[in-house]
Amino acid sequence: MASASIPVYSSSNNPLENSSSHNASRESLKMEPLADCSLLPGEERIIDKDIIYICPFSGALKGKVFITNYRLYFKSTDADPAVTLDVPLGAIGRVEKMGGASSRGENSYGLDITCKDMRNLRFALKQEGHSRRDIFDILFKYAFPLSHGLLLFAYLSQEKFEENGWSVYKPMEEFRRQGLPNDKWRVTFINANYELCDTYPTILVVPFKATEEDLRKVCTFRSRGRIPVLSWIHRENQAVICRCSQPLVGMSGKRNKDDERYLDLIREANGTAKLTIYDARPSVNAVANKALASCLLHCMLVSEVRTEEATGGGYEGDDAYQNAELVFLDIHNIHVMRESLKKLKDIVYPNVEESHWLSSLESTHWLEHIKLVISGAIQVADKISGGNSVVVHCSDGWDRTAQLTSLAMLMLDSHYRTLRGFQVLLEKEWISFGHKFANRIGHGDKNHADQDRSPIFVQFIDCVWQMTKQFPTAFEFNERLLVTILDHLFSCRFGTFLFNCERARDTNELRSKTVSLWSLVNSDLSFYQNPFYTPESNRVLYPVASMRHLELWVTYYIRWNPRIRQQQQSPVEQRYIELLALRDEYLKKLEELQLSDSSPNSSHLSNSSTPNAASPTQHITHLHTPF
Amino acid sequence: MLSSLGSVGGKSAKPSFVSYVTPEEIKSEKEPSRKEKHPDLLPGEVVFCSASTVLKYTQDDLSQRGVFGALLCTNFRVSFVSDEAPTEEMVRTLFKNKLYGENDIPLSCVDNIYGDKRKLITGGLVKNKYPSKIIIHCKDLRVFQFSLSFSKEEDAKKIFQGIVHHCLEPKSLRCLFAFSYCENTSYPGSYSYCREHLRKKQTVMFDSVEDWTQDMKRTKGNCRVVSENSNFELSPKLPQYFIVPTNVSDEDLTKYQGKGLPMWCWSHHSGCALFKTASIPLVQEDNVCCRMLTAVAHNHLYSVKTEDLSDTLPTVQDILLSYNKFKQFFLIDNTTEFWMSDMKWFSSLDNCGWLDIIRQCLQKAVEVVESLEKENTNVLIMEEGGSDLCCVVSSLVQLMLDPYYRTLLGFQSLVQKEWVAGGHAFLDRSNHLHLKDKVESQSPVFLLFLECVWQLQQQHGPAFQFSETYLTVLSDSVHVPVFTTFLFNNDSHRDSLLRAESPHTQRSPLNCPTVWDWSVQFDCKAQDLFTNPLYTEKPKQDTSVRKSYRPRHLRQLSLPSSAFKTPPKKGFFKDEADNLKKILGVKRLSRWMLSPSSDSPQTSSSVREFYEAWQTKPLDYHGLLLPCLDGPSIRVWMQRYLRWIHDVQILGGGPVAMLSKVSEILGEVQELQRQLDRHGCTLTSNHKGARPRAKTAAAVIAARSSVRLSSSFPFVTSRNWSFKPAIPTSLLQSLMVTGIPGNLADREDDGGPESLV
Repeated sequence: MASASIPVYSSSNNPLENSSSHNASRESLKMEPLADCSLLPGEERIIDKDIIYICPFSGALKGKVFITNYRLYFKSTDADPAVTLDVPLGAIGRVEKMGGASSRGENSYGLDITCKDMRNLRFALKQEGHSRRDIFDILFKYAFPLSHGLLLFAYLSQEKFEENGWSVYKPMEEFRRQGLPNDKWRVTFINANYELCDTYPTILVVPFKATEEDLRKVCTFRSRGRIPVLSWIHRENQAVICRCSQPLVGMSGKRNKDDERYLDLIREANGTAKLTIYDARPSVNAVANKALASCLLHCMLVSEVRTEEATGGGYEGDDAYQNAELVFLDIHNIHVMRESLKKLKDIVYPNVEESHWLSSLESTHWLEHIKLVISGAIQVADKISGGNSVVVHCSDGWDRTAQLTSLAMLMLDSHYRTLRGFQVLLEKEWISFGHKFANRIGHGDKNHADQDRSPIFVQFIDCVWQMTKQFPTAFEFNERLLVTILDHLFSCRFGTFLFNCERARDTNELRSKTVSLWSLVNSDLSFYQNPFYTPESNRVLYPVASMRHLELWVTYYIRWNPRIRQQQQSPVEQRYIELLALRDEYLKKLEELQLSDSSPNSSHLSNSSTPNAASPTQHITHLHTPF
Repeated sequence: MLSSLGSVGGKSAKPSFVSYVTPEEIKSEKEPSRKEKHPDLLPGEVVFCSASTVLKYTQDDLSQRGVFGALLCTNFRVSFVSDEAPTEEMVRTLFKNKLYGENDIPLSCVDNIYGDKRKLITGGLVKNKYPSKIIIHCKDLRVFQFSLSFSKEEDAKKIFQGIVHHCLEPKSLRCLFAFSYCENTSYPGSYSYCREHLRKKQTVMFDSVEDWTQDMKRTKGNCRVVSENSNFELSPKLPQYFIVPTNVSDEDLTKYQGKGLPMWCWSHHSGCALFKTASIPLVQEDNVCCRMLTAVAHNHLYSVKTEDLSDTLPTVQDILLSYNKFKQFFLIDNTTEFWMSDMKWFSSLDNCGWLDIIRQCLQKAVEVVESLEKENTNVLIMEEGGSDLCCVVSSLVQLMLDPYYRTLLGFQSLVQKEWVAGGHAFLDRSNHLHLKDKVESQSPVFLLFLECVWQLQQQHGPAFQFSETYLTVLSDSVHVPVFTTFLFNNDSHRDSLLRAESPHTQRSPLNCPTVWDWSVQFDCKAQDLFTNPLYTEKPKQDTSVRKSYRPRHLRQLSLPSSAFKTPPKKGFFKDEADNLKKILGVKRLSRWMLSPSSDSPQTSSSVREFYEAWQTKPLDYHGLLLPCLDGPSIRVWMQRYLRWIHDVQILGGGPVAMLSKVSEILGEVQELQRQLDRHGCTLTSNHKGARPRAKTAAAVIAARSSVRLSSSFPFVTSRNWSFKPAIPTSLLQSLMVTGIPGNLADREDDGGPESLV
């Protein structure tokens, strides 16, 4: 089994497609052998069972379910064409028993599975003989391996790829690309053993003038020790994006001279008159009611930032930070985002809300949140373009902060819009800087109601998708890459999105024991390429953060619905590729013709192999003029 | 600028090529020279009045900045002539309308005029006062703001009264510019050398027996062409020529002024056909309607299904009301207002109901298509008057079923057939004349049709030969009072007026251009933007098949019959003469209909099944086309509605960015093809992709320079794009918080203190 050849799997780009949605012949072709037990290297079959899949689109379907240590696979036996389901166990968020042994009604006894990828699955079984007990137990165990002392599948996978995705991101190389270190910014290894900050990467870039001692002092004043460090520097104007967590000013408005001086060093580095601090959180109240802080504490309407102050957090006051201006970006917290996506799921799965679709969409607030994130990032990018350095933080600097800095960098730096550059961006801003993937996604964890879960990364990818939609020629990668990333965000087939921070990855030897998602992607780059990509290296991309232009990412959120036409390629893309091929064919033909035409003639005719409107015409007149 | 973002903050000046002059800076010595300014007048155009030193505010700016110039009112337009030397910009000149420029408003294009404090100005109420500032909302959604407070009082009063008089007050049809224009122009003129028109094919006008006969033959219809009305002897309300079922007797033709007469629209390859009719008043004897239904049923297999659109679709008044709400979202006076409305955009859109009306029309068309295609039954659609929603639905049905109508010439012929010859009351519906008694009949029905076409085109781009830009321009042209296409209520109306206005009284009628003479408005280069680079013609060898219209290419014949389990609906009966007679005995037509409320769930699920069965088949752009009607699939026509709003322009982005690349490569391929042709190389038939055609203008621009097209290309105003991003003012955050359950919003991301919650 494990000896399956590499090419087969390197093309298995999207194993989560529901092939009932008549796309992806390559998918169904690949999956066909599973019925005969052909699996991913390292994948093992656990149980098969006759079952009824209660498909929300085509009704109850008899078939067989196969459960392996990686996936749940269902194939119908009585429908034509066969309906298949291929769900990585990692995408399963919750497994519940539905109905009891005495439940009445057809198909009332079975399993109810809630997935993290915007769908729910229902299976019905025969009511006799506790027929679901074994399958429930196995599903529960293998869908949530960490809760049962088992390894995540990424650690069991034996997949091999031509490319090693772990080498995509090398921090030093990336900093060098940005022109760092320089006389204003230096690289520090102070966190080499994660002693300064256990959720930061080992290599950090800080102001040249800040000593290691300064860093340690600042560390005490920033939540979880996440001090302001450089994320990106503008090559021409040397303006920088720094990221960090909130300052620990607390209720009494504590001050810290070291922190104040440190931020001033950041400002100084490119001579910015005023450093702009973007606090991602909403705080309309906070600024106005500063004096009323203690009264407000007991009020239900306290703003988030106020709440933070009660726990020791807060924001940079203007009296303490003389040369800084503070701007709140009004982006809500992880809980709000989680509820918003839940509401969205309610209106799109299984059926798209029919009456008042647009009002329902608005009431989820999902696009409104997207708008605020994008418009925050636009402000950051605009500041940087204007030559001003910025510091971005939220509470801990690993959710909203990552969204803002990485989107701003995507707008500012065309390198990040390439296929490999985008991987670097994710590795850097999200993975190495400690976005808590493990907690936000809940990999292998049974606690589906965990308040730490939140689709922050999904929201970010949605923002990227909105940008690619607005600038269809500016990105080297296509929508398939984004969907693939989100699929494997949950699947646990690759190590890329596992664990909360670098330290945990080191402890668990992630990079030596698992395969990177980029290994898969980079072994089949053409599949993820946008044919319309037109590199424009120094162009800042400002999307329009208006609801008029934001749209629901139908091909992701509603992709399970067979009525949403799943096109492997958009017709525009298809036509373009056809025309490109035609052009090449004609060019070749023309070249051949010119060669054969010119052979009896003298050599001066064979000069042009490139298409030039004028030259071939000259050839013709020359050749056909009887001398 | 960004420092004020946390607060509401008006925006400060944006860099722009427009030189801003503040009122204090005006120097009086400039004035004499200004008087001579006037636009290049068209033949027959006369200036009524003018005022100088008028300030035109820059649209996207709250501040008091703008450009000074002269404001004129002619018998064709309201025109602003800037004192600034015009800056020629390539993009702008490329898509220049030859009749009016970016600062011109054709009189019939004026929608509403507002005075100080946004008070709506209505005709007839203007006395001696005049407002210091006027805002003009145009039917093509442009917004102009002029300040009259720097002009001489006398001039300001005159121009204001002039504009109000000519734009808002009742006038006679003869006063419309078309007549004085056509008398003074030797049309057709420039027309002949335009490449687009050198093609042999022309738009079929449906103004002759031959045109109708040919169209019926093309679809293999078997009905009767009626030419008895060529001099409008039967009825002035009936078209000059039309087609009825063969079984309609001569006697019936003359009855009831054409009401109840089933008019042939289109024949399906199976033999069944689509007919439309103006409903018979209920007081009439029923045997007429029975005879008519029998005649329709006789057309094919004794089956007929009737559909009274008045019962199931919104009325023309509903359509107007909804559109009036809808258009307000795009008539933006200032940016703050725009961003304020942004948060509630989706629900506002939903509440105005415009998209829902579009959906209903498309759904009705799909229902009719289903009857023709799946059940092969004759369909008779009817409504009072028979020339509004009947036109919408019948044209949509034909677009979905017949690929010929998805070509540019085919589409124009369709509009001629169903709308112009079909007697849609363009004049009354647009109320160009501002007649008080016609206010009620005003309604953007034709625009609604174009909206539906746009939805289809949006979903199935490669199936249409014409582009989105073409549809936008066509929708604008309705408000340019030059084309005979949109000026009349029906054939006899057109005929009598054109004859009466002819300078050579006894001879031919006045020769006016139709809107299809695109060279009147655009040069050839600009017209290139009307074609869709995604469109490919059907492979050559199949052309003959399409011409003779054999059913072969319609893959729906192979639909599995098992997919349709819906019981036959009421009003649908098939192949049973007895049954037919029984139902024909029913007193009133409307009883055969289901009431809309009980009707919708059933039909919508039937339509859904029909769509789903169609969807599982591979898509053939030259076959049947159905729209997806799900919420996310019905969208706002961005190009038409957002094109003038500066803040939502995506510089270098939008679908235009892709399409222009396709055009570019298409141009290259065609060039190569020409070269190969010169080599005498015969290309095999699979190269259907490259119909020899010039590079489209968009490609030329994109290729020639580093110009970044805006997302609303080609409708960009000639301003230097500011590279500052538009940043939404974060005004309504508090509103949003209220939409969040509990007090989640106040919690921390991680480990929030439970005690606080």
